[in-house]
Amino acid sequence: MRTIDVAEITEAIKEMCIEANHFLTSDMDDAMKKATTTEKAPLGRQILCQLQDNLQIASEDMIPICQDTGMAVVFMEIGQDVHFTGGVLEDAINEGVRRGYVDGYLRKSVVKDPLIRENTKDNTPAIIHYEMVSGNQVKITVAPKGFGSENMSRVFMLKPADGIEGVKNAIMTAVKDAGPNACPPMVVGVGIGGTFEKCALMAKKALTRPVNEHSDIPYVKELEEELLDKINKTGIGPGGLGGTTTALAVNINTYPTHIAGLPVGINICCHVNRHAVRIL
Amino acid sequence: MNQHIKAPMMQEDAKKLRSGDYVYITGTIYTARDAAHKRMYEALEKGETLPLDVRNNIIYYMGPSPAREGRPIGSAGPTTSSRMDKYAPSLLDLGLIGMIGKGKRSDAVKEAIIRNGAVYFAAVGGAGALLSKSIKASEVIAYDDLGTEAIRKLEVEEFPVIVVIDSEGNNLYETAIEEYKTL
Repeated sequence: MRTIDVAEITEAIKEMCIEANHFLTSDMDDAMKKATTTEKAPLGRQILCQLQDNLQIASEDMIPICQDTGMAVVFMEIGQDVHFTGGVLEDAINEGVRRGYVDGYLRKSVVKDPLIRENTKDNTPAIIHYEMVSGNQVKITVAPKGFGSENMSRVFMLKPADGIEGVKNAIMTAVKDAGPNACPPMVVGVGIGGTFEKCALMAKKALTRPVNEHSDIPYVKELEEELLDKINKTGIGPGGLGGTTTALAVNINTYPTHIAGLPVGINICCHVNRHAVRIL
Repeated sequence: MNQHIKAPMMQEDAKKLRSGDYVYITGTIYTARDAAHKRMYEALEKGETLPLDVRNNIIYYMGPSPAREGRPIGSAGPTTSSRMDKYAPSLLDLGLIGMIGKGKRSDAVKEAIIRNGAVYFAAVGGAGALLSKSIKASEVIAYDDLGTEAIRKLEVEEFPVIVVIDSEGNNLYETAIEEYKTL
């Protein structure tokens, strides 16, 4: 049994909110740099170069990469040999988000009620996903999610007969509908299988996988490559203003499902695909 | 084509802009996004006056992150314009000359743009740190209680945008995509 004071969680999450909003992970950074050399459209290249300047200014002057500093999505992978002390874990996570957004000059974009819409003024509550795993460590992933791209995300409850072609069509439909609204070049997170909510959660989690890594399952890896190629032939391009860089990656996760179903969740993320990861 | 324009802008100048033009804006523009548009729309429905005279003005769909000490504004990139589609035609009919945002617009907005000789610009989405450098001053002029969604008056210098829908209704999102489509 290992004891962790929840104050440690609060501090880590505060720092991770600030980190994720000012610095891209190295895989995203590399992919964005590479795109400036492979994009075929002159305007597309110009936009990608502006995004390079934007990343530099963000990190040097500590100005958030995007003004939409997101709703804080937090994945907690908790080793079952860990015991938390010093308070309630959920409160500690939200306190970390509160401090990160208030002290870090991040935008407060959360409303208390979806219809009454009064701002909570500290960007809480976070969206928290808990997973119990073996061991005595805690892996925290903070993924602030902007809503320009979140709004373009979809769940399709396909029929088994729709098969792999149905899945491809669903993904292409979501990407084409998203177009310029989702701030391309995008990262496309996909969850295939499970249930209604499981496929959406898998899609969200797929966005936190490095963009230079593929699925371990051979046919899924092929699907990721084929769809990325196809998406980059839509012409949407950087900023949706035409070009050959519409997506940087398609990350697909799968899970067993019911004999009657084929759920497909597609979570679209903009080029500011933010996340910070720490293991305590 | 690169163009340099002053804001506010007269209709004859808006009509010279073409879909695809790269435009640098200098002058005064105003921010408003979802909540401010809803309030302005409700004010108009009740026959009340708006907190700003939209005539010949440009509205930037943007809600900034907080400014650090000594800076006029925080990160300041465009938000998705389509959420303002319900409200935009009324403002265009009152003389609003330009909108800056990102993403597609409805047919009703496009028609209102043509009807009023206005223009829809896109700023690069997700470039809020870079775009903040072209904003020299920022002042909340209405709806302060809305926080980031308040209406702000911005002084901008060479603020970079691209003409997406021009006064004739040409739409860069449609034409540019066709050019690079290889499916």
